[in-house]
Amino acid sequence: MKVRQSSDVRAAGSTLAATTALAGETGMVEKRRGAWLPFSPWHLLLMPVAIVMLVPLLWVVMTSLETLGQTQHFPPILWPGSFQWNNYPRAWSSVPFSTWFVNTIIVTTAVVASNLLFCSLAAYGFARIRFFGKNVAYFFLLATLMIPIQVVIIPTFLIVKQMHLIDTLGALIVPNLANVFGIFLLTQFFRTLPIELEEAARIDGASRLKVLFRIVLPLSLPALATLAVIQFLWTWNDFLWPLVTIFHENVFTLQLGLMSFQGSHVNDTNLLMAGNVMSMLPMLILFIAAQRYFVRGIATQGLKG
Amino acid sequence: MAVAARQRTGAPGFARRALTSDHMAGWLFVLPAVFLVALFSIFPIIWGFLLSLQKASLLSPNRPYIGLDNYQRIASDPLARQAAVNAVYYTALFVPTSIIIALFLAVALNQKIRLIRFYRLAVFIPVAVSTIATGVMFMWVFDAQFGIANWALGGVGLGPFGWFDSVQGAMPSLVIMCIWGWLGFDAIIYLAALQGVPHELVEAAAVDGATRWSTFRHVTLPLLGPATLLLVVWSTISAVQLFDEVFFVTKGGPLNHTAVPVFYIYRLAFTSLYGFSSAGYAAALAYVLFVVILILTLTQFWLGNRVVHYSS
Repeated sequence: MKVRQSSDVRAAGSTLAATTALAGETGMVEKRRGAWLPFSPWHLLLMPVAIVMLVPLLWVVMTSLETLGQTQHFPPILWPGSFQWNNYPRAWSSVPFSTWFVNTIIVTTAVVASNLLFCSLAAYGFARIRFFGKNVAYFFLLATLMIPIQVVIIPTFLIVKQMHLIDTLGALIVPNLANVFGIFLLTQFFRTLPIELEEAARIDGASRLKVLFRIVLPLSLPALATLAVIQFLWTWNDFLWPLVTIFHENVFTLQLGLMSFQGSHVNDTNLLMAGNVMSMLPMLILFIAAQRYFVRGIATQGLKG
Repeated sequence: MAVAARQRTGAPGFARRALTSDHMAGWLFVLPAVFLVALFSIFPIIWGFLLSLQKASLLSPNRPYIGLDNYQRIASDPLARQAAVNAVYYTALFVPTSIIIALFLAVALNQKIRLIRFYRLAVFIPVAVSTIATGVMFMWVFDAQFGIANWALGGVGLGPFGWFDSVQGAMPSLVIMCIWGWLGFDAIIYLAALQGVPHELVEAAAVDGATRWSTFRHVTLPLLGPATLLLVVWSTISAVQLFDEVFFVTKGGPLNHTAVPVFYIYRLAFTSLYGFSSAGYAAALAYVLFVVILILTLTQFWLGNRVVHYSS
């Protein structure tokens, strides 16, 4: 994995393709060998695990539909009988949830869009153009993957403060405009594309930008979708950086808002869980809808080692 | 990176050269991203070192140099030592547990059985849940009075437990919560690696009369070496950087038993808890943490490369 031969790059590309659909999702069912159970013994492991993973989420949903009295009951009430749907509008209007949603959507959209643009440009440069200092620049970029935000948070805060962005949405956008993971992912992907089309277009007089936007990017939609959903997930759920740079409630992101909502509703468990469900729902829906891109994005993080 | 160049040297033609060799155009393409990464990753790591040599506050631009005082202070700071001990304890619990569970789970999730899509979704879905939402959820699940965890464990005669509020239980409770949150990530990495294991090898072992377990132990497991190495490195790095869950759920307590390094750094630099001029000291701690992470990563890769077999 340290030294990539050209065949390894193609292998990396095919790994990307292979993880698009994890095998086994095609509905094929293996014939059982030993028939000591009416079903595959793997269910005995997987069913309890699935229950343990899902029960906390389901219980949060149930709690969000209970009366306050029902939440303070032991043994816990797993099925409230009548559902208090009203908890949701009450939670929504008790704090500025709508502002926090809008803030989060603005930040996330800006970060995802700028990453798609800057990472595509840089990746095209690294994958297709030979220029002085390229290998050194690429090495330095990859080396920064070893620098976590936690250890540079103080100087980064001072830089953003110099830019007068503290306590604005800009503080959340500007430092995240281009992500090294995105450059790496797209560079690897561009290298797997056949170069002949691009050469033909260049001979016909197309500029590099035109080649990138008209030929390379349309062929790279799966990789772009992967980058987009992973960046979306990171930005939407980010906590530490907003925590240190944002102070006022009207600039809060959803995560900061959820924290403050928790602080002010410690004893209103049903409303707190309703707020929690509302904060989770967009990301859960996106995850279920675009699961294969999330899976591929995470598997690619595995490749960068 | 050397690859792209090497691939092309074979057939130099007009188009190929026009496409691949232009210093100016190359830099124009990569410059925006390189500039942003330099400004927000490379520059801070240099400035962070300078800050660690200063008596600094985030509020005042007056930051006199005080030499290595901040680093000397670390050696005699009981809270820094406590943070290091807590980080080691958390890492020792989290890394092996999460990776072993993920390994066996990924093998199960790789079977072609009914409901497999449901099982995968159940394991993957916490990836989409934020650390704060996970915190809100587990504070309720682990509620000592009304929580579902004490009820379920009480059903089999265990507990009741104090979870996050108990001195012995707080860290293991954090570990359980974080495993719930990260298991999907680890399982996806292992699952991708498992699907790269050639069928022929597994079938050949079966033909030779190997049991399923010994096939797994001697054929599959060695081929999962690179994925395991990656997960060990990755989980260790994220374990020593733990912050969100501690800040939100346990607030370092009870009695500093979950106060981990980044939490202590945050309190020093961004709160008034330890006075307003501790940012330089916090930067020194952050730098030590960075060096520790660097050494851990390089050591693990060095050890790993001696043990792990990469398939060619």
